[in-house]
Amino acid sequence: MMTLKVNGQDHQIEAEPDTPLLYVLRDDLKLNAAKFGCGLGQCGSCTVMVDGKAVLSCVTPMVLLEGKQVTTLEGLGTISEPAPIQRAFMEEQSAQCGYCIAGMMMRAQALLLRNPKPTDEQIRAEFAPHLCRCGTHMRILRAVHRASRLMDTADASSSTRRSAQ
Amino acid sequence: MNAPVILDRRHVLKGSGALIVSFSLSRAFAEEQATPALSPKPPGSLATSPYLDSWIRIDADGAITVFTGKAELGQGFKTAFQQIAAEELDVPFHVLKVVTADTKLTANEGYTAGSHSTQDSGTAIQNAAAQARALLLAEAARRLDVPAETLKTEDAAVISPNGRRLTYGELVAADMLHVQAQPKSSLKDPASFKIMGQSVPRVDIPAKVTGGVAYVQDLRLPDMVHARVVRPPSYGAQLVECDSSAVEKMPGVVKVVRDGNFLAVVAEKEFAAVKAMNALTVAAKWKETARLPKQDDLLAVLTSGLASHDSVIFERKDPLVTGAKTIEATYTRPYQSHGSVGPSCAVAQFSDDTVTVWTHTQGVYPDRQAIAEMLRMPPANVRCIHVEGSGCYGHNGADDAAADAALIARALPGRPVKVQWMREQEHGWEPFGPAMVTKLKASLGDDGKIADWNFEVWSNTHSMRPGGAGCLLAAQHIEQPFAVPPAKPLPLPEGGGDRNAIPIYTFRNAHVVHHFLPDMPLRISAMRSLGAYHNVFSIESFMDELAALAGADPVEFRLNHLEDSRGREVIQKAAEGFGWRKGQKAPEDRGFGFAFARYKNLAAYCAIASEVEVNRETGRARLVRAVAAVDSGQVVNPDGLTNQIEGAIVQSTSWTLYESVTFDDTRITSIDWQTYPILRFDAVPERIDVHIINRPGKPFLGSGETGQGPAAASIANAIFAATGKRLRDLPLTRKRIKDAIDA
Repeated sequence: MMTLKVNGQDHQIEAEPDTPLLYVLRDDLKLNAAKFGCGLGQCGSCTVMVDGKAVLSCVTPMVLLEGKQVTTLEGLGTISEPAPIQRAFMEEQSAQCGYCIAGMMMRAQALLLRNPKPTDEQIRAEFAPHLCRCGTHMRILRAVHRASRLMDTADASSSTRRSAQ
Repeated sequence: MNAPVILDRRHVLKGSGALIVSFSLSRAFAEEQATPALSPKPPGSLATSPYLDSWIRIDADGAITVFTGKAELGQGFKTAFQQIAAEELDVPFHVLKVVTADTKLTANEGYTAGSHSTQDSGTAIQNAAAQARALLLAEAARRLDVPAETLKTEDAAVISPNGRRLTYGELVAADMLHVQAQPKSSLKDPASFKIMGQSVPRVDIPAKVTGGVAYVQDLRLPDMVHARVVRPPSYGAQLVECDSSAVEKMPGVVKVVRDGNFLAVVAEKEFAAVKAMNALTVAAKWKETARLPKQDDLLAVLTSGLASHDSVIFERKDPLVTGAKTIEATYTRPYQSHGSVGPSCAVAQFSDDTVTVWTHTQGVYPDRQAIAEMLRMPPANVRCIHVEGSGCYGHNGADDAAADAALIARALPGRPVKVQWMREQEHGWEPFGPAMVTKLKASLGDDGKIADWNFEVWSNTHSMRPGGAGCLLAAQHIEQPFAVPPAKPLPLPEGGGDRNAIPIYTFRNAHVVHHFLPDMPLRISAMRSLGAYHNVFSIESFMDELAALAGADPVEFRLNHLEDSRGREVIQKAAEGFGWRKGQKAPEDRGFGFAFARYKNLAAYCAIASEVEVNRETGRARLVRAVAAVDSGQVVNPDGLTNQIEGAIVQSTSWTLYESVTFDDTRITSIDWQTYPILRFDAVPERIDVHIINRPGKPFLGSGETGQGPAAASIANAIFAATGKRLRDLPLTRKRIKDAIDA
């Protein structure tokens, strides 16, 4: 039995310590966003954040995650209250089949936390581990730029609210 | 109407208090009863499923459901169909619900393939909606005792001149929509469209970006178990020994299923199934046979190593016209992978004598037929429900995974079984896009125009889709196996290996030969655009070679040979959008390339101009920018169309620059993303512009595959412009480009 903190909540997980995080998220916690793509760390579909950094959950055994904060796409926002990164992907219609994008969005989120105004080149470099087979890359890049602008606005409005209080 | 329907209707009327024949029951009935001959037939898929309630259901409470037999594969047509129905019914977009391919609920529209969805199903829905609206208007006219012409429809209601409002729910009666479609519908004037032609946001994207249940991989049924298959290591391998006793004792393992060469393991938890699969893989001993052809000698294998059925598919003769300057060239394409990012997956559940299969197949009805045959069950006892998977781009492992799930679920009655293929299984076992060879020869007349044109194509079939069980891996591997059915060429005008082999240009002498190769050394089937990818690559590369020979501008040279006015407009639009100017030079180490095709010579038109940069030191080619123009008839959702064309360009760039399946004499060796590299973000172009030529009121022209061929040829032509070297063997890898530069 191990305690795993996912999206701000503690979960008691009964799984073999070598179980990759991806299977714990999908099978034990019934979360959909992180996807099985290759199980080899080659495609990025399974990307989640661990302590704010993008991590390939299909090759990260659960035993390494004791005491760490795991964040999945579900932890960022919901359909009715989407996070800026989710709004941006909706507004740019950045999907065809969409199987790869949850992983891309987590990579983008981690990048934007670290670097709120990335250049196009920085985004492309950051996305090197990710594959998209439908060819929606142009839209994905646009969505990350849009998310960067949206987060900026969100930060500005929340700090305005704070200063008004 | 005969007895069964009346019984069904009574049953339903009792339940709902009002309304219509149960859709599913009437649907099943409609499918089985002989359709009285209508002459002429109604348009699109109404021709094969003529009842309006196969497409539209209106409930007394005002709920409206649209049914399509096509499967959403990420093309976004679910949204487009909702727009079409909302437009022709005069109903707000959000009121409608679209139900996609399900053998219990929807019409049999065969496969979702060949850029047919909007042409077939969209057209059926548009006409069914228009005719349903006309029936509602007539009913309102009858009730209000006024002429129908005085009434109008809006917001799911009929409005009378004095403002009386009757909702569709109030107007609909028991079997109002259980009538056969008329050959002609009174469609709306495109100038009045409010929803069609708008870039309505896709209905499926919100769930996909928030972790909702969006894919078959996300289905979790009560009491579900997880299965993994252990595939043979190579085609034809025989399982000679497998002691599974240790695997059966592993924690969480429910069962090992063996049937001949079919081997699978089932566990309560998913990772336990993976571990058990690994252990079972070690336990299984196979006898393999070396039987694959030489990978590096495809040209000889295809043109002389395999038996071929030859046919002249096009001939035009004008003996008065002869050419002075003649050139010839040979182009090749390797086997290529669909390369779905998510490996195939399915869920199946047996209960009593029926099985339900949730699958991302492209064809629920043919898949049902094949699975039923494999299980030796009546098709009526098998239900296939389409649930989205990862994008497939043709016939990938979807149907095979569905068969795996059904076969394993039979061994565990009552329990839902989810089968998830591993990466190496998808890469190793999916049916590949077939290798192809084309040989071209043409002469230029003194007028600088092509005097004669010879085109020969060698190819396997491009469809080994199920219908028969023999197309399913599981059925091939079980103790009493089903034989792979003989390959058949797909007939023209759409064609398979000869798709787009007949030139759209007007040549005064032309001769086109299809060498159909029935033997399939590798497992192959349909991959996005079938033979059109390579045929268009060949034709459009060769047009460039001939333009160079004629000393003509490539765009002008094409226009000089093209009569089709819509094709000409598309070419002109792409050239204009790109800023194409005769004789203009690209920046150093860059080249401009142009290509055009009308997909299948009967679907959407697409022209693409590309700018490609070539690193002369490494040979690396990079698409810098692409400008496309497309005419797909009446546009339903411009952003959806743009998305399809952008995606086609990026995907085709990947096929064209990087991709080939590798194999030794026994095994497929490209089994993951390291051994089968595809385009990554460092190679994504700086921009792609898509110009749409809308044709209001014209038929929908399928556009999902129209970009594949032109994108490939425009890149090859740009590489020629940048380097002076003509590359004719796909993929145009950095090694091949470097070798050409150094030669």
